[in-house]
Amino acid sequence: MTKTMWALGCALALSLLGSTVAQAQTTLRMMWYSDGNEGEVMADLLKRFEDKNKDIKVVLDNAPFKAITETLPVQLASGQGPDIARITDMGGLAPFLLDLRPHLKDAATFEKNYGPFLEWMRVPGNTTAIPGYMTQLTVTGPFVNKTLFEQAGVPMPGPKATWEEWAKALKTVADKVKAPFPLALDRSGHRFFGLAVSQGAKVVDAKGEPAVVDEGFKRAAQLIVDWHKSGVMSKELWGSVSGAAYRGANEEFKNAQVVMYVSGSWQIAQFDKTVGDAFDWVAVPTPCGPANCSGMPGGAGLVGIKATKNPAEVARLLEWLASDEVVSEFYSRTLFVPGNLSVAKKGVAYPSAKPQAAAALKVFGEAVAAIDPAAYKIQGWTNSRIVFNAAISRIGQAVSGETTLDEAYKRIESDVAQQIAERAKKQ
Amino acid sequence: MTGIARLFTARRGVGRLHWTDWVSYAFLAVAVVLMFGPVLWLVLSSFKTPAALLEFPPTLAPVAQKEVRVEGYPQPLPLFSVPMEDGTVRQLAQVRRVGIIAQMVDPASPAATVRVPVDKRTPVREVAFAFENYIEPLAKFDFLRFLGNSLFVTVVATLITLVINSMAAYALSVYEFKGKSLAMLGVIGTLMIPITIILVPVYLVVTEMGLVNSLWAVILPGAATPTGVFLLRQYMLTIPRDLIEAARMDKASEWRIYARIVMPLSLPALAVLAIFSIMWRWNDFLWPLAVLTKSEVHTLQIALNAFQGELQTQWHYLLAMTVVTLAPVAIVFAFLQRFITTGIANTGMK
Amino acid sequence: MTANHRNAGTTRPAAHRNRQHRSPEPMTSPAPSAAPVRARFAPFERLGLALVRLFDPPMRAVQRLVGVGRMPYVFLLPNALFFGVFVFLPIGINIVFSVTGGTALFPSQRPYVGGQQYAYLLDCGSYLEPATCREDHFWRGVANTLKFTIFQMIAMVLFSLAAALVLNRPIRGRGFFRAVFFFPVLLSPVVVALIWKWILQRDGLLNAVLTTAGGEKILFFVDPGWAMFWSVFVSVWAHMGFYTLILLAGLQAIPRDIYEAAEMDGTRPWRTLVRITLPLLWPNLLVVLVLVLIRSVQVFDEVFVLTGGGPGTATMMIVQYIYTTAFANQVQNFGLAAAASVLLGLVLFGLTLLQLYFTRRKAA
Repeated sequence: MTKTMWALGCALALSLLGSTVAQAQTTLRMMWYSDGNEGEVMADLLKRFEDKNKDIKVVLDNAPFKAITETLPVQLASGQGPDIARITDMGGLAPFLLDLRPHLKDAATFEKNYGPFLEWMRVPGNTTAIPGYMTQLTVTGPFVNKTLFEQAGVPMPGPKATWEEWAKALKTVADKVKAPFPLALDRSGHRFFGLAVSQGAKVVDAKGEPAVVDEGFKRAAQLIVDWHKSGVMSKELWGSVSGAAYRGANEEFKNAQVVMYVSGSWQIAQFDKTVGDAFDWVAVPTPCGPANCSGMPGGAGLVGIKATKNPAEVARLLEWLASDEVVSEFYSRTLFVPGNLSVAKKGVAYPSAKPQAAAALKVFGEAVAAIDPAAYKIQGWTNSRIVFNAAISRIGQAVSGETTLDEAYKRIESDVAQQIAERAKKQ
Repeated sequence: MTGIARLFTARRGVGRLHWTDWVSYAFLAVAVVLMFGPVLWLVLSSFKTPAALLEFPPTLAPVAQKEVRVEGYPQPLPLFSVPMEDGTVRQLAQVRRVGIIAQMVDPASPAATVRVPVDKRTPVREVAFAFENYIEPLAKFDFLRFLGNSLFVTVVATLITLVINSMAAYALSVYEFKGKSLAMLGVIGTLMIPITIILVPVYLVVTEMGLVNSLWAVILPGAATPTGVFLLRQYMLTIPRDLIEAARMDKASEWRIYARIVMPLSLPALAVLAIFSIMWRWNDFLWPLAVLTKSEVHTLQIALNAFQGELQTQWHYLLAMTVVTLAPVAIVFAFLQRFITTGIANTGMK
Repeated sequence: MTANHRNAGTTRPAAHRNRQHRSPEPMTSPAPSAAPVRARFAPFERLGLALVRLFDPPMRAVQRLVGVGRMPYVFLLPNALFFGVFVFLPIGINIVFSVTGGTALFPSQRPYVGGQQYAYLLDCGSYLEPATCREDHFWRGVANTLKFTIFQMIAMVLFSLAAALVLNRPIRGRGFFRAVFFFPVLLSPVVVALIWKWILQRDGLLNAVLTTAGGEKILFFVDPGWAMFWSVFVSVWAHMGFYTLILLAGLQAIPRDIYEAAEMDGTRPWRTLVRITLPLLWPNLLVVLVLVLIRSVQVFDEVFVLTGGGPGTATMMIVQYIYTTAFANQVQNFGLAAAASVLLGLVLFGLTLLQLYFTRRKAA
C-alpha cells in the first residue's frame, strides 16, 4: 500500500511538472479518425493555423474509429472528452455539441455555406445552433469495373437504367469473366437505405414518427434477398458478420473481383492509389427505382464539444478551418466531395488525382444534386442510426437464412420502437 | 539446425523406433508447422505492398512487379512476360493500357510497340520487401512515446500486481483469521467476471477519481487480479509451516517473513503471474481506448488500431505495426521461456 | 527451485535451516538451469532487497501497533482496497444500472424501472427456441456460447492431452516443443484472430492450398458450421499450450514404477493409458476442464474479430451481446446490458461454486 502511495505521489509530481511547462497558450484537443490521408492534411493545416495564432496550440489526437463511435459517447456523457471531434453520428451526439454562433465573427456566412448539414447536428427543435462544419460530404453510389464489361463484351446500362437492369447486366458480365461478385453492396444500414430511398422508402412519416417498414423498404429488402438467391450478390458481405458490423468490398473491387461496387465517394482516394493501371474503373450515377435515382448523403463533421473550457478559441479555429479557402484546400488534397455549398458551387480542383479519380469525383459531385429530399430527411433524423442498425442486422439474418423477411420486418419495428422508448426514458 | 534435424532421427535410450515414436514425432512436426506457421505468415505478409496483400493465390515471400527503364520513356515501366504467336515467350514492358489492349515494348528495342490483349500477359515479379510499411508509420507517429507508455503501464502495473497480490495471498495462506472464508469467497467469486461487462461502471469510478487521460487509469483498475491472488495462494500453501515458525522464533517481523522467506520461495508462481500480467497489460486495448483520449498517453495498442478508420483499414501498416508490438513479447518469451514453462508446471494449478 | 533457496539463504539468518528443509518441490520436472537466470536478475534482486529494507521499519511499527494477530488484515488491505474500488463497487453500480432505464450515464440521473430490463430479457415463448424471445439476440448468444463451450471443452482437453502425452515421452528437444505449444498463449486475442482471419478469408492461404490441391474455394465465414468450427479451432490453437503444461505437470507427477510394473505385466499401452494414466491424471484434468469452462463462457474478442459474430448470428457470444448493447448501438443501453451481465454473473458464480465443490472433494 505504502509503496503504491509512494508511486502515486511520484506520478502526481511528474504530471504537475509536465503540465506547468506550456500554460502560456491555450491548448485545444482535437479527436480525429482517418480513412486515408486526411489526418496528415489536417495536421498540416493546423500547423499553419498555429503560426497565425500564437496563443492557441492544437493537439491532434488520432484515434481508431471505434473510439469515436463507442467510447466517445460515454466520455461525453460523463463530461469528459476533447474540445473538438470529428464525428459521424451527428444527430445522436447533438446534445453534447457546442453552439459556436455567439463566438463566430461571421455566423451568417457559416450558415449559408453549411446550412443543410447544420440541421443534422442540431437537437430536434433547435434551428439556430452552429455546432461545426462538414469535413466531408459523402454520397453513396456505384463504381463499375469497366474493363470487365469490355472483356465480356456487354454494353454498360445507361445513366437512367434501373436497379433490375443493372443486376441483369452485371450477372451476365460476371458469368462471362468468372468474377465472384457481380454486385457488391456495402454491408451497412446507410448503404441499404441508398437503395431503399430509390424504391420509395420514407422511414419517417409526416408527423415525425418512425414508419420504417413501408412498401419502398420492403421492395428494397426483397431485392437484396432475391439477389443473394440468384447469385447477383455474394453472401460474403451481408451473410457473414452479425449485428450492425460494417463490411465493405473495397479490397475485392481493387482485385477486379467485383463488377459493380455500390459504396460511396470516400472510396475514390483509395482506388486512385491502389488500383493504378490494373483496370479501368468508373463511377456511374446511382441506378433508378420507381421513386427516384437518389443515393444517400452522409459525411463526417468536425464539431465543438459543449464541455470545452475555451469555446471562443474552438470557434476561432473552426471558423478558420471552415473558411472557403482553407476548406477547399482540405477537400482538394483529400479527394473529398465538398460539404460546403459555396465551395461546391465554385467546384474543387483535384490536382493530385489521376484522370479516373477526377472523373469519378465529378460524377459524385453531380450525384449530390440528385439526392432526394427524403434521403436528406432520413440522414438528418435523430434516430436514423437506430433504424440503420436494426435494418442491417435483421436483413443480414434473413440473407444468411436464419430468419424470413417477414420475421425480420417485425423484428426491425420492435427493435426500433424499443430503442426509441429507451432513449425517451428520462428522470 | 542440425540439432533440430537430429531430433527427428534419434531418441533417448537405445533400440529401434517403436511406431508410437513415429506417431509422436509426426504429431510434433505437424504442431511446429501449425503453431509457428501462422505467425511466420503474419511476419512475411507485413512486408508486402498493399497490392501484393490482395493477391490470389498469395505468394509466400513478398513480391513486387519488376520495373524496367526503357529508353524514350521517363517513368520506369512494368515488365510482363507475354507468349508470342510463334510460341516463344518474351518479356515486354507495358507502355499504357487502353481498355483490354495493352501497348507494350521490348526493352531491348524500344522503337516498335506491340499490342497485346491484357489477359495474355503475366507480370514478371521479384522478391521485394516493402520496408516502407514499417518506416512510414514509425516516422510519422510518436512511436517512442507510445512504446514508452506501453512499457510504463506494463512494468508498473505488473509490479503493483505482484506486490499487492502476493501480500493478500500471503495473508490468505499463512494465517487463520476471522473473515478469511469471506475474503476467499470474494476472490473466487470475482475470478470469472470479465472486465468487458463492468466497463461502464469502472469508467464511472475512474472519472470520479479524476484519473481519465492518465496512465494510472489504465494501471490501477486491473491491478488486483483475483487470478493472481488465487494462483499465489495455492502455491504458498505448499510452503512448509515450520520454516515460518522458525523465523518467528528468530523474532523476525511478519513483513520480514513475507518478504524474505515466503516471497523467494514463491518465485516460480510469481514468475507465472508476472508473465500473465505482462501479457494482459501489453495487449490491453478496450479499456485504454475508453480512458485515454489524448495522444500523449496513448499506448501502442491504441496507436496500432488508429489504422482502422470508419470505411478503410490500412492493412499494410496494421500488419507491420502488429509485428512491431509482437517483438517485445517474443523477446520476453525467448529469455524467460524455460522459467515460464517450468513455472506453470510447478505451480500445477492445484 | 534450489537456486531460489540459495538466493534467499545467503542473505537470511536462517540460511542453514532453510537448506535442511528441502524445498517443497511439488513436481519432478527438471528445474530450470537457474544460474544464468539468476545472474540476469541480480540488479532487480538488489533493488528488491533495498525496498524490503526500506519498508521494514514502518511495517514493524504497524505490527507493534496492531499486534501479530491482526497482521493478516494489514496484508490483505491493499488488495482489498483495489478490489473494493475497481471490482465490487462497479458490480454494485451495475446492479443499479440493471434496475434503471434511459441513456443517462450517472446512476442518479437514471429513472428507476424495477425489474423491467430483466423481464424484457426473460420474455420468451420457449426458452429452447431463441426466435420466440423478445430479445432474441441475447438468447442466441446464450445458445451459441453453450455450443462453443461444449465443443471447446472437448477439443481443448483432447488436444492438450495428446500434446502432453507426447511431450511426456522420452523425446529429444522437449523444452523446444514445450515452447512451440506455449508460444501462441502469449499473443493477444486480437492478433490471433487477425492472423487466422487473414489465412481463412476467400483469398487466404488456406484457400490457396485448397485450390492448388485441386479443390474448390470454401467461404468459411459464410457457413455457420465452418464459422463455429474455426472459432473453436482458433481458440484451441491459442490456448492449448497453457493447458498442455498443466497436464504435463500431472503426468510427470505419476511415479515411474507404476508404469514399469505395468510393462512387466505386459499390459498393452492403450490399457495403461485408460487404466493407469487417466485416473491418476484426473485431478489435473478437472482443473483444465474448469478453467476451459470459465474461459469459454467469457469468450469475446477472439471470436468477434475472427467472424464478427456471423454469419447471421451463428457465432455471436453472450459477452459480445452485452458489449454491443452497451456500446455499439446508437442508443447505448446500459440498463439492458447490465441486466444481461448480472444474469451472466450469477451463472458464472454458480460455476465457481461448482469448481470450489470439486476442488474440495479432490482435496478430501
